[in-house]
Amino acid sequence: MTPTWIILGATSTIARAFARLVAERGENLLLAGRDMAELNRTAADCINHGAPSAEAIAFDARDMASFAPILDKATATEGAINVAVFVGSMPTQDEIDGDPALIAGTITDSFTGPAQFLTLLAPLMEDRGKGAVVGVGSVAGDRGRLGNYVYGASKAGFHTYLSGLRNRLGRSGVHVVTVKPGTVDTAMTWGMDGLPFLAQPDKIASDIMRAVDKKKNVIYTPFIWWPVMTVIKSIPEAIFKKLKI
Amino acid sequence: MRWKHSDYTGWGRVHRASGELARPERAAALSELTKDETAPAIGMRRSYGDACLNDNGRAIDMSRLDRVLEFDPDSGVIHVEAGAQIGHLLKTFAPKSWLPPVLPGTGFATVGGCIAMDVHGKNHHGAGSFGQHVTEITLVTPKGEQIVTPKKHPELFKATIGGLGQTGPILSARFPLLKAKGDVMVVTERRVADWESFIGLLDTSEATYSVGWIDATARGAALGRGILEEAETGGGLVKPAKRGKKIPLNAPGFALAPPVVRAFNATYWRRVPDRGRTSVKPIDDFFFPLDKIHDWNKLYGKNGFHQFQCVVPLSSVDALRAILEKIANSGLASPLAVLKRMGPGRGGYMSFPMEGYTLAVDFPNKARAEQVIRELENMTVAADGRVYLAKDALASAANIRAMYPEHDKWLSAVTKADPDRAYETDLTRRLKLRDPA
Repeated sequence: MTPTWIILGATSTIARAFARLVAERGENLLLAGRDMAELNRTAADCINHGAPSAEAIAFDARDMASFAPILDKATATEGAINVAVFVGSMPTQDEIDGDPALIAGTITDSFTGPAQFLTLLAPLMEDRGKGAVVGVGSVAGDRGRLGNYVYGASKAGFHTYLSGLRNRLGRSGVHVVTVKPGTVDTAMTWGMDGLPFLAQPDKIASDIMRAVDKKKNVIYTPFIWWPVMTVIKSIPEAIFKKLKI
Repeated sequence: MRWKHSDYTGWGRVHRASGELARPERAAALSELTKDETAPAIGMRRSYGDACLNDNGRAIDMSRLDRVLEFDPDSGVIHVEAGAQIGHLLKTFAPKSWLPPVLPGTGFATVGGCIAMDVHGKNHHGAGSFGQHVTEITLVTPKGEQIVTPKKHPELFKATIGGLGQTGPILSARFPLLKAKGDVMVVTERRVADWESFIGLLDTSEATYSVGWIDATARGAALGRGILEEAETGGGLVKPAKRGKKIPLNAPGFALAPPVVRAFNATYWRRVPDRGRTSVKPIDDFFFPLDKIHDWNKLYGKNGFHQFQCVVPLSSVDALRAILEKIANSGLASPLAVLKRMGPGRGGYMSFPMEGYTLAVDFPNKARAEQVIRELENMTVAADGRVYLAKDALASAANIRAMYPEHDKWLSAVTKADPDRAYETDLTRRLKLRDPA
């Protein structure tokens, strides 16, 4: 039976690249997000790249009412269910400092919204006894940095949630992959100067797919971020607090 | 939409531009953007000269709008966003035995670029130009999306095909793919001793795909020697080639020094046995032989290079021989020289093709090469031929008007579509293409 992938935040550039890889493997897609016109174009692209079915469906991380129709669709499928979470938002730290109310939305988009969805989906995945969860976090979640520590905090929360979910779902044959991308060349970073190791979305997508196939637990992508973050994580807090990195 | 300050170049890296680029990832973002900013669209910047540059201005990078919106497996008709790369379409649909109807020499060219340059391929003599296959174009204008078809908007359509982007950004296009026998190419290569034999073989070739590789350094009796490649699509299995060798840095100057080039060419020519040979090649190896070496343009070092490509009518074959002779005698040419017979097919007012022979040669960017290319351009005008604007970086405005007799029709349609000249590029300014006669 052909597996089905639920892609949350399917209008994101990395999600689109990943969805195309899923399509080329001949697997089904449920493309969930807010911009339906855009999702429909991506769904068509997936069909034309080999997906037996690709359907656009509304999803808003801040609106739990939007979750049920997706869960219903998932329940109605046969075969393995996989889910990949690409949602998240990143107001600049300056914007947040000016309007702390933005913190709630950032945490909802990047952590609690997806966590609520995954928690609702978990019993169904346990029931099927197979499948994969891909949670896209960020290297920003590894350490609170001056430049974006609210975004970082939401991703750190998501990482910890995924770690627990891995512990739980692993018992019934469902694998959880935590993905920590570095900076990626997308609309979100377009026009920002001096980004190190800027990666293309296609590269991130293929790294994710390889991690799923190899049942990796946590990956940094591109790989260079693993040594970089290992060093950054090892800096004592007394020194780190004086650094601007 | 955020704008990013960028320094960028065409493929030849001679002309440079500095300006702000936007790169919409959603169709709606492009429409939004176009409402308050009219700027020319650019793709993967595989035009050699300045067609893809807008120095001190803004431009819209279309490369992220690359989705296949519709494909009809019965008719082969495809509807695709303009940023899709032609090589990606080949890779995706060749396994289903469908090919883009026309494939230019690089798979990195976008569909939008293929339209704006009305590109041709190795099947031009039979299949015509890319634009001739296009049945519908969706333009994004400040007033919204406009669907342009040859029937309803004949002038605007013909001004868009080969129109250098001057009718505005293309969001998507519709055209039929061609049914192929399979996803490999059966290629016959033959050594050709000289110019006369080459022309004779090209004139009588019945192959669907054909192209001649000329040793542009061979002189005298060997002038015009080379290899003729003729090919058909075929079914069967072949190992795909390993992809992606990168040229990391600007190559040193000696990489293309005359002795190196001459040695390369002689070896390349002898590679094919005297009696010829037929082999099975992966489809992209045949169509895009240079794409495997990413950034091969850096071989020419940081000064960049020019490609001269002209086409002359059948009756001017002797003039083309004189052009090749001049190239060979200059001692400046690179190994990359291509000779091909073209059919009459062209889709737009400013399209390059005409029935005749086309010759393309690379030159490193040196003062002496520039002089030679200017002379070649004058010889082309005298031979009633024309140079290809996708390659050109040096031509004069007067020569281009003489070469493109339908320029006035193009100008009137383009002026109607873009009265404020918001889509001008460095190329249209250099060649004064948007100026009234």
